[in-house]
This record gives sequence, structure tokens and C-alpha cells, in this order.
Amino acid sequence: MANKTQIRTSNSALIAMIADEDTVVGFLLAGVGNVDLRRKTNYLIVDSKTTVKQIEDAFKEFTTREDIAIVMISQYVANMIRFLVDSYNKPVPAILEIPSKDHPYDPAQDSILSRVKHLFSAESVASGRR
Amino acid sequence: MSSQEQRLNVVPTVTVLAVVKARLVGATRGHALLKKKSDALTVQFRQILKKIVSTKESMGEIMKASSFALTEAKYVAGENIKHSILENVQTASLKVRSRQENVAGVKLPKFEYFTEGETKNDLTGLARGGQQVQACRVAYVKAIEVLVELASLQTSFLTLDEAIKTTNRRVNALENVVKPKLENTITYIKGELDELEREDFFRLKKIQGYKKREIERQLAEAKVFAEEKFAEKVSLQKGISLNSAHNLLSAASGKDEDIIF
Repeated sequence: MANKTQIRTSNSALIAMIADEDTVVGFLLAGVGNVDLRRKTNYLIVDSKTTVKQIEDAFKEFTTREDIAIVMISQYVANMIRFLVDSYNKPVPAILEIPSKDHPYDPAQDSILSRVKHLFSAESVASGRR
Repeated sequence: MSSQEQRLNVVPTVTVLAVVKARLVGATRGHALLKKKSDALTVQFRQILKKIVSTKESMGEIMKASSFALTEAKYVAGENIKHSILENVQTASLKVRSRQENVAGVKLPKFEYFTEGETKNDLTGLARGGQQVQACRVAYVKAIEVLVELASLQTSFLTLDEAIKTTNRRVNALENVVKPKLENTITYIKGELDELEREDFFRLKKIQGYKKREIERQLAEAKVFAEEKFAEKVSLQKGISLNSAHNLLSAASGKDEDIIF
């Protein structure tokens, strides 16, 4: 069960990214980038040459890594692997869909936000009935 | 019959009745407590929902601002800045720490970011556009701040969602399965006990009636006996046996050998 997963109280965790080059560069400038001993990065730059398979692998890797608390993913990239993002339901690491520079943010496509909206309307209906 | 199926399989005795009653009390209390927990979680849940919606909307603005800052930095410092940034990545200086928050027994994770060590990008853009690059950095750090908050909200949302579902399932199970079952069992045991009591009462009544009849019969016999005794005594005093008198009469009515006609 999802709520049975242990929430680690680790001292430090990383923020992973799957996004286009500009977004990644910006966040790297802020200092979230990390390269470990095996030259593995905690980010994936998606450009026109990146295959869906690569994105899928990166997503799976980031969501199973122990030291990552948040995975930020550009919304248009998330749309490419929508089935994976939607089927992911663990609380940690959290998946965040972020807007990218070339693609305007559409709240309707966000998997979490659509659930939120759905619940909001359902809740208001339920509370009105009560 | 559904009511027959919906009860515990127990022996109907007073002890079991007491046990089942105690269980019903426990189930009622547990139901009330779980209901309270569910309400508390729902209140928290709604707050988080509102926060998520507002933060998601503000995220768009902040990302726009930081993208713009990056474009500015690129314009001033040249396209090549991104290569130097990409090359400079070693260890993360901006990390996330998570701690737990307890809401009605449900542990919610809260993330907070912190900087560790000095940034490697201090000297980036030293030749050109250093100020813009630093402004861009600040803009992105601000974006991270919002995103980290959003992440903790989102994680809490998922955790709470699951917790509320579980709690509501338990509340409903107690309300619709366990409690009716116990109540049915209690009524069943009470009915059986009443039945037993009636049977006992009836049996006692029967025995009482039987005894009464017995006594009456004995009394009647004794009376008859006493009357007979009395009659015998009287006839003895008259010098003739009542029995023989009877015999005479009966002998007279019977056929006599000596009498010819």
C-alpha cells in the first residue's frame, strides 16, 4: 500500500530533473545538479534527439533512487510518458510537472492537478449534500 | 435470511451476551474515534487542496520570470554560458531535507530546501554579464523554493488521500458490518434466553399442576377410605358385618341350589 512506504527523514536529498536544456541549465545554475562517482547525473536534458525510451528509463531511475526527493519533469516531456507518470502513485519522490519555456503550462494536463480539480468538485458536491 | 447470516456464530448464554455487549461498546467507541480522525484529515486535506491550486498557479508566473532571467543572462553573457554551467556540475549545493509532520496519526512529509557548501557557479559569467547570471541564479532559487513547497504539498496530498480512504473504509466497515452483526447477535441471544425462560416457566407450571392434582387425588382417596372405615365400624356395632350383609343380598340375588322354583 502506498501509505505504508516509509518516509525517510534523510538529512539531504536531491532534486532530479527531466526537462529541456534551458530549464535544466537554469536549475543547474541555482545549484541542484549532482554528478556522482560513476558520472551519473541527476538530470536529463531532453532535446529533439532524445528518445522516449531514454526518458522512460531516466524517469524510472529517478523514481527508484534512494537519494532523490523530488523529480521535476517538463510538462511536454511528461506528456510523452503520460502513462508512466499517471501510474506512479508513491508519495516519495514527488513528481512535479513544471512548465517549460517553449510550451505554455496547461493545468488540465497535470495528473495531480486534474485529480485535485476532480476531488474539489466532488468534495463541494459532497459538502453541499451534507 | 440475511439477518440469520449477519450474526456471529455463538452459543446463546448470558456470559457470551456480556462479551458481545462489551464488543459492541468497543466498536461504537472505535467508530466515533475513527469518524473524528476522518473529519480531522478531511479538514487538513481541503486546506492542502486549496494551497496546491494556488501554488500551482503561482508556479507558472515564477517559472516565466526565471526563464526570462535566463534569457537575459544568455543575451548578455552569450550562448556559451550554458556549456560552462553544464561543465561545472559536480555536487549539488542546493538540496532538500525532509521531515515529518503528524496530523491525526498520519505522517506527512514536509520538504525544505537548504544550501550546502559554496556554489560552483560563483565565477560563471565573470567576463561578461556576471550580474545577470547571478540574478538568473536568484530567480531559479526562488523557483526552487516554490517548487519544493509544491512538492511537499503534493506529497501530503497523496498521503492524506490514501489515509482518508483507509479511514473511511474502516468507518464504513464498523458502521455497516461489525455493528449490525453485533446487534443482531445480541438480539439473537436475548431471544434465545427469553425462550429458555419461557420454557422453564412452563415446565414449572406443569409440575405445579401435576402436584396439585396428585394431592387432590390423595385427599379424595383418604376421604373415601375414611367413609368406608366409618361404615364398617357402624355395622360392627350392629352386630352384623356390612360385608356379610352385602353377601347375603348378593347371595339372594344369585341362583340358590336349594330353591326349586
